[in-house]
Amino acid sequence: MSTLLKVENLTKTYGQTTAVDGISFEAKEGEVVGLLGPNGAGKSTTIHMLLSLLEPTEGSIEIFGKDLKAHREEILQHINFATAYSMLPHNLTPYENLKIFALLYGVQQWRTAAESLLEEFNLAEFRNARTGSLSTGEQMRLVLAKAFLNSPKLLLLDEPTASLDPAVARDLRQKIYYKMQENNGTILWTSHNMREIEAMCDRVIFMAHGKIVADDTPENLKKTFQSGDLEDVFIAIAGQPSPKI
Amino acid sequence: MNFLHVYGIFLRNIILIRRSIGRMFGLFFFATFELFLWGFITIWLRDLAPKDARIDFVFLLLTGLLFWDLFIRAQQSFSISFLEDVWSRNIMNFFATPVAMKEFIAGLALISLVQGFLTFIYIGGLAVLLYALDIWALGFYMIPFFMNIFVFGWALGLIAIGLLLRFGPAFEILAFFIPMMFLPFSAVYYPVSVFPEFIQQAAFFLPTMHLFEGMRQVLTQEVFPLSDVLWATGLNILYFALGLAFFLWMVRVARKKGLIARLLQD
Repeated sequence: MSTLLKVENLTKTYGQTTAVDGISFEAKEGEVVGLLGPNGAGKSTTIHMLLSLLEPTEGSIEIFGKDLKAHREEILQHINFATAYSMLPHNLTPYENLKIFALLYGVQQWRTAAESLLEEFNLAEFRNARTGSLSTGEQMRLVLAKAFLNSPKLLLLDEPTASLDPAVARDLRQKIYYKMQENNGTILWTSHNMREIEAMCDRVIFMAHGKIVADDTPENLKKTFQSGDLEDVFIAIAGQPSPKI
Repeated sequence: MNFLHVYGIFLRNIILIRRSIGRMFGLFFFATFELFLWGFITIWLRDLAPKDARIDFVFLLLTGLLFWDLFIRAQQSFSISFLEDVWSRNIMNFFATPVAMKEFIAGLALISLVQGFLTFIYIGGLAVLLYALDIWALGFYMIPFFMNIFVFGWALGLIAIGLLLRFGPAFEILAFFIPMMFLPFSAVYYPVSVFPEFIQQAAFFLPTMHLFEGMRQVLTQEVFPLSDVLWATGLNILYFALGLAFFLWMVRVARKKGLIARLLQD
């Protein structure tokens, strides 16, 4: 498997505060990598830097072997993301939202792509409803449908199943997994649901206080921390004191 | 330039306008309201004036009004299209797409052109019906006039969007009212010669002042105002370049300070 994402010495500071502190990691083609850590660990900041929404203070990001800063548009063409914290415009219908984002991602068959994703994510019956009138679960399905419009080679997921009921969450997890498998795509997945991470991820990166404190398979992490499940690992890591600066 | 990206930005705004009565209302209501108000005031003024007066108030004031409305529409539709993304908390989704800044600007400019011309055709038609206004009286001057009106609107729109990105929705009022700051000094309804000397000197740096002074020259003396056109075009090239540089600087600052994600919370 070739390296698809390579992050080196990535740092983000805001004045005196360091949100991400010199992290380095890689993700390979087809790999599902969990990015875990307590609130404020720097996960979302890292994802925002990978999406080019935020400029790193130091360090480099290489995706598909190219520097993100120098090849922003070219790289973003093959990346997508979904977050529970940014839904699609409420005043458009699901079909219009998908159609417009397909255009924004430069999808040639934009009408077909929008129609088929509505079907795949069980949203066809809401095709012409206002997005704002859909339930949280339905809106999240739409956000995920948007994330597959450009058949991404790298998918960034920021707590995609937060606030969903367990049945919907499981259904969506499976959908994400199979769709990315079709494409041999890589996923970087943040979540506070440890069972989800354990079920989905080949490897887990733990962050705390802006640094990577562990990077291994879920099985090895449990062994290292002598824990029965990832939740205990998480609590052990989250409980570690902040390093003195 | 990826035209699918440009079309995506354009289509999104057209769908919103087509669907929303409120947005339609905004496009046509204020222009209609002003046309009625100024139209009847000028008819009254004309009746007060001596019968042999050389100036046709209705003609001059309403032509000024028509083109000032076009300028407002050009600027507002440009900035408000960006505000739609702020209001619908879509800013993060949008900035994570591969849309290049030049495509973003081209999309907003296209929306501005379409909305501007829609309003102009509507209000021009109404002025012909109500006041028998000859909107083609400007002749060939309309070409540089239109171009300059739009480009200055876009330059101000870029500054308004830059400020919105930097300071958040607290600055959204600018997207609506930035042209109003220039109205008194643009010589839309009166010649620049009525100003005190120092205001005349300051107004010289407004492309809109040259455009509306030129408009009056065409209408009253039937002379093509080459000097005014050249000044307006030169100033517009400068202001558009400055607006673009300011906008790109603000995008860089927003990316540095994490302001794009913060727009979701404000």
